[in-house]
Amino acid sequence: MSTVKIPPVLRAQTGGEAELQTCGATVGDILRSLAEAHPGTRSQLFSEGGELNRYVNVYLNDEDVRVLDGLDTTVSESDTVVILPAMAGGQASLR
Amino acid sequence: MATAAESIEQIKQRIDLIASRKAREEVEAGAKLIDVREPHEWDEAHLEGAVHVPQAELLDRISEVAPDRFERIVLYCRTDNRSSRAADALQDLGYENVAVMRGGIVDWQENGLPVVAAQGLSPEQRMRYSRHTLLPEVGVEGQVKLLNSKVLLIGAGGLGAPSAFYLAAAGVGTIGIVDDDVVDETNLQRQIIHTTDRVGMPKTASAKASIEALNPDVKVVEHRTRMNAENILDIIADYDVLLDGADNFPTRYLLNDASVRLRKPVVSASILAFDGQISTFVPYEGPCYRCLYPVPPPPEMAPSCGAAGVLGVMAGIMGMLQANEVIKLVAGIGEPLIDRLLLYDSLGTRFTELKVKRDPDCPVCGDSAPEIPESEMGKFPDYEAFCAGEPVLRS
Repeated sequence: MSTVKIPPVLRAQTGGEAELQTCGATVGDILRSLAEAHPGTRSQLFSEGGELNRYVNVYLNDEDVRVLDGLDTTVSESDTVVILPAMAGGQASLR
Repeated sequence: MATAAESIEQIKQRIDLIASRKAREEVEAGAKLIDVREPHEWDEAHLEGAVHVPQAELLDRISEVAPDRFERIVLYCRTDNRSSRAADALQDLGYENVAVMRGGIVDWQENGLPVVAAQGLSPEQRMRYSRHTLLPEVGVEGQVKLLNSKVLLIGAGGLGAPSAFYLAAAGVGTIGIVDDDVVDETNLQRQIIHTTDRVGMPKTASAKASIEALNPDVKVVEHRTRMNAENILDIIADYDVLLDGADNFPTRYLLNDASVRLRKPVVSASILAFDGQISTFVPYEGPCYRCLYPVPPPPEMAPSCGAAGVLGVMAGIMGMLQANEVIKLVAGIGEPLIDRLLLYDSLGTRFTELKVKRDPDCPVCGDSAPEIPESEMGKFPDYEAFCAGEPVLRS
């Protein structure tokens, strides 16, 4: 089992969980199994063609998977996968 | 003849000790003023018109500094011990008209008399920033850099408010603030630079009032406007470091692209709920915001704090980290958050550091990004449309 860190914007889809234990041999497997267990996350992680959405950054431990093998990056049990969308909050006024 | 066993009090009995104001009058009338302190004390502050001869060198150099043994000489040190010993020794050498300024430069300054401060710090500034200048990494030099620096805050909100306070306290000489909003009751839970009685006041004016009350050294420049493609280059051009606390993606991308064009470092942070992110983008030294986030998320993935809520102290924590980065960049010390994205999870009290690399394919700072001709400077795509999911590419 590898650890997946869920960003705040996706926690509504994971029942409030900030960290999940997920099985998978690659980053893609892990994210797909996350989307299977929590279907609300699917459209936010993947495009209709099954590609990782460009606005979602995924890190294996501290390394961006874009500089590794993307979704094919192999994951071992002790690894942590971090899902990280951009945030713009600062001033926090409603508009 | 003074002996080692002789107490300073005994020596002082045969010395002409004069008050600081009297010393000033005598110097104005032509007396020779000699500072016998150590070089680092002289560097920090000394009296105008003084000659610097450390006590240990005085007897060797006195004939060069004061060849006439009948000339009026006024000595001073920090208080008056070293100068009294020095005066005693000069009297033994045959100098007949030597006085010591009672209480030294400490008493002089306590009487409000002027000193020549080292490298641009006034006596008030040396007191105010003494806990900075005591740090060897900052020192007087670093403090002068801070006083000469110009920092622009994008937003006087959650992140801008606390960082403005600490940057002002640190003596950043010019703080510009871009914000077109007014203080709202819901801001006060975290935007600590604003106050209850200023609800309804423009945030730039409220921030200015707080900053000026804290530190009169700081010049505050209000930019009571929303940054857009037309005005951004003019607004940011004069500043050394930009602090991004914007609440929306169009402004973040616009600021990134303009800052890369003008090669301005940006300390960027964002907060939501219990989470925060921060990184420092120094154009061409590390990645830019677009290298990290090539495209903005759709609205459902990007709620505002107004919609999702935010723990008030998150603004302080992340704003402080931003202020820390700004001060390091200005003073040229430490290791800025270049190539790194720092995440903070306040519920778990955990920091996570991620690596961020420059993207060689980045449309703004990448290897094949087009040089921006002078005529194109200041022209930007429609960022509002871009972030609404209709990217308008640079022509």
